[in-house]
Amino acid sequence: MSAAAEEPNTRAPWALTAPALMLFVGVLLIPLAMTVMLSFHDWGQYKGIEPVFILKNWHEIATDPYYAEMFWRTFRIAILTTLLTALLGAPEAYILNRMDGRWKSFFLLIILGPLLISVVARTLGWALLFGGNNGLVNKLLMSLGVIRSPIPFMFTETGMVVALAHVMMPFMVLSVWAALQRLNPQIENAAMSLGAGPVTIIRRIIMPQIMPGVLSGAIIVFSLSASAFATPAIIGGRRLKVAATLAYDEFLNTLNWPLGAAVATLLLVALVLIVVGSNALIERRYAEVFR
Amino acid sequence: MAYLELDRVAKQFGAQTVVDDFSLSVGKGEFISFLGPSGCGKTTTLQMIAGFLDPTHGAIRLEGKDLTAIHPAKRGLGIVFQSYALFPHMTAAENVAFGLEMRNVPRAERAERVRAALAMVGLAGYEDRHPRRMSGGQQQRVALARALVIKPSVLLLDEPLSNLDAKLREEMQIELRQIQRTIGTTTILVTHDQNEAMSLSDRIVVMSQGKIEQIGTPQETYEKPSSAFVSQFLGKTNDFAATIDRTATPARVTAGSWSAPAPVGLSGPVTVSIRPERIGFGATGLNAKIVTRIFQGNHWLFQCDSECGPAIVIRQNDGERQPAEGEAVHLAWRPEDMSVRSGASA
Ligand SMILES: Nc1ncnc2c1ncn2[C@@H]1O[C@H](COP(=O)(O)OP(=O)(O)O)[C@@H](O)[C@H]1O
Ligand SMILES: [Mg+2]
Repeated sequence: MSAAAEEPNTRAPWALTAPALMLFVGVLLIPLAMTVMLSFHDWGQYKGIEPVFILKNWHEIATDPYYAEMFWRTFRIAILTTLLTALLGAPEAYILNRMDGRWKSFFLLIILGPLLISVVARTLGWALLFGGNNGLVNKLLMSLGVIRSPIPFMFTETGMVVALAHVMMPFMVLSVWAALQRLNPQIENAAMSLGAGPVTIIRRIIMPQIMPGVLSGAIIVFSLSASAFATPAIIGGRRLKVAATLAYDEFLNTLNWPLGAAVATLLLVALVLIVVGSNALIERRYAEVFR
Repeated sequence: MAYLELDRVAKQFGAQTVVDDFSLSVGKGEFISFLGPSGCGKTTTLQMIAGFLDPTHGAIRLEGKDLTAIHPAKRGLGIVFQSYALFPHMTAAENVAFGLEMRNVPRAERAERVRAALAMVGLAGYEDRHPRRMSGGQQQRVALARALVIKPSVLLLDEPLSNLDAKLREEMQIELRQIQRTIGTTTILVTHDQNEAMSLSDRIVVMSQGKIEQIGTPQETYEKPSSAFVSQFLGKTNDFAATIDRTATPARVTAGSWSAPAPVGLSGPVTVSIRPERIGFGATGLNAKIVTRIFQGNHWLFQCDSECGPAIVIRQNDGERQPAEGEAVHLAWRPEDMSVRSGASA
């Protein structure tokens, strides 16, 4: 033990991680680097991709307000989705945590079960319920005379936020749930014995302690929502595009790979900056208390 | 008149009776310990007083008023939890101030009382520390200050010292006793440690399987245990099968070849129980052989094989010659040093 500690074998760690490292480099770093390079290439309707180094695509993204609007929409949807999952998911996790044994595992299963079902199937469910004149809910409400025209859901940002929040909810609940598990089981009794009522206990004692869980859940939900493809593709289609669906269209419909690559690269860089930045902020904010 | 009174309190979880027929009256300013093995219902009883659990039967009264009708947040009791349950996102001062805030104590008075409470537990200067950056002993003190600063009518302590190492535990015991004496708060301590119960309390409630075995001063419970359970739980003891013969005059109690005038009362087969430090080596008495002899600094511990079964003897290391291993001895004790129970020993 001590001999090994004094003379660390520097080669073993490298040898042991080599397979994973090669996989990481091969399937992630190299394609990523190629995508970044691709974004600097030229493209023309008739000449196809030209491997030159120009800033045309980046210039187009930077100057055409279409892209600004589309990125702004992407992040607006992601932020609203994150807020919605936090507002619903945190109380949900808290209530779930207070249930007793059998009910707890039952409802946990109900919340996590959807993770086993494809995102496409879950989003299509919303489309079946609210999809124009043929949506089940719309049909029912219209035949009852409650509404005259279908509830606007498809091709709207609201619809996208609701469907995304539904898809992302388990991540928020799990993250808050994990934070709740770290609470001292007597902490509420301690606050109660000092004279605190239920609202004060939640506001002053529980909330501050599960905040790191809510925030890390928010980071997960935000980054997954901003880069989500299936749900925006089904709800927004080609009428209401977000960054991921736009990049997809450039690649597979317009065949303008370099422009698609630029959109994808920008989305990635923006997300990495936001996630790393907010993570650092959270760690700094809670360092004193939780380390 | 009793200050805090538990009147035939019982608690059931489903079909399981965890506390049964628990009656106790606590005087104002008294220090009471609930002592018993793990799982005997001490915490459950304490939580019923605190209000976190409702008794299935019975009444709990404080100064004659029904306590069970009052919401736990309004009972005004101070509670120290085994895990301390400090608020990790608040500093020591904020933790202590919380109860005062809930009582709408003005800011200036609050600051002064928090400062005084932390000083009382020896934590002056630690106001701005967060609990995670304090040692176990310091967290313990913050928890105590937090419970005491609200001037509780009763202080409830649930195994408050069990997470501390032995040396710190001893220091805290002394300090806890001093603080309690100084401010005179009626205190109930839950513990499974008989030394802790004996060194701290005015009276001990010995519990076993949800029932009270004995209530008495530390000395009473140690020297006059009312049951085999109490005598065995409160330190080491020797139980010998004996008989009391009332046909002889005067009546005699006999265990093996040891014999003495019998106390009034029982007759027939009995169990006599003697603490190991009350047994001496004499010229006559119970025939025994020393099996092992262990030197423990201020005393010797002997394990003997006697005609009434295994026995342990403790002798002060007073410079006298002590018997060696394998030596045949006679065990003797004064009749007033033993307690006698009817029936054969368990
Ligand atoms: N909420 C509960 N539900 C069911 N059984 C419980 C509950 N709380 C405690 N018990 C049981 O009651 C008994 C006494 O527990 P407790 O009062 O915590 O003992 P102690 O504090 O003396 O170690 C134990 O057998 C325990 O399993
Ligand atoms: Mg306990």
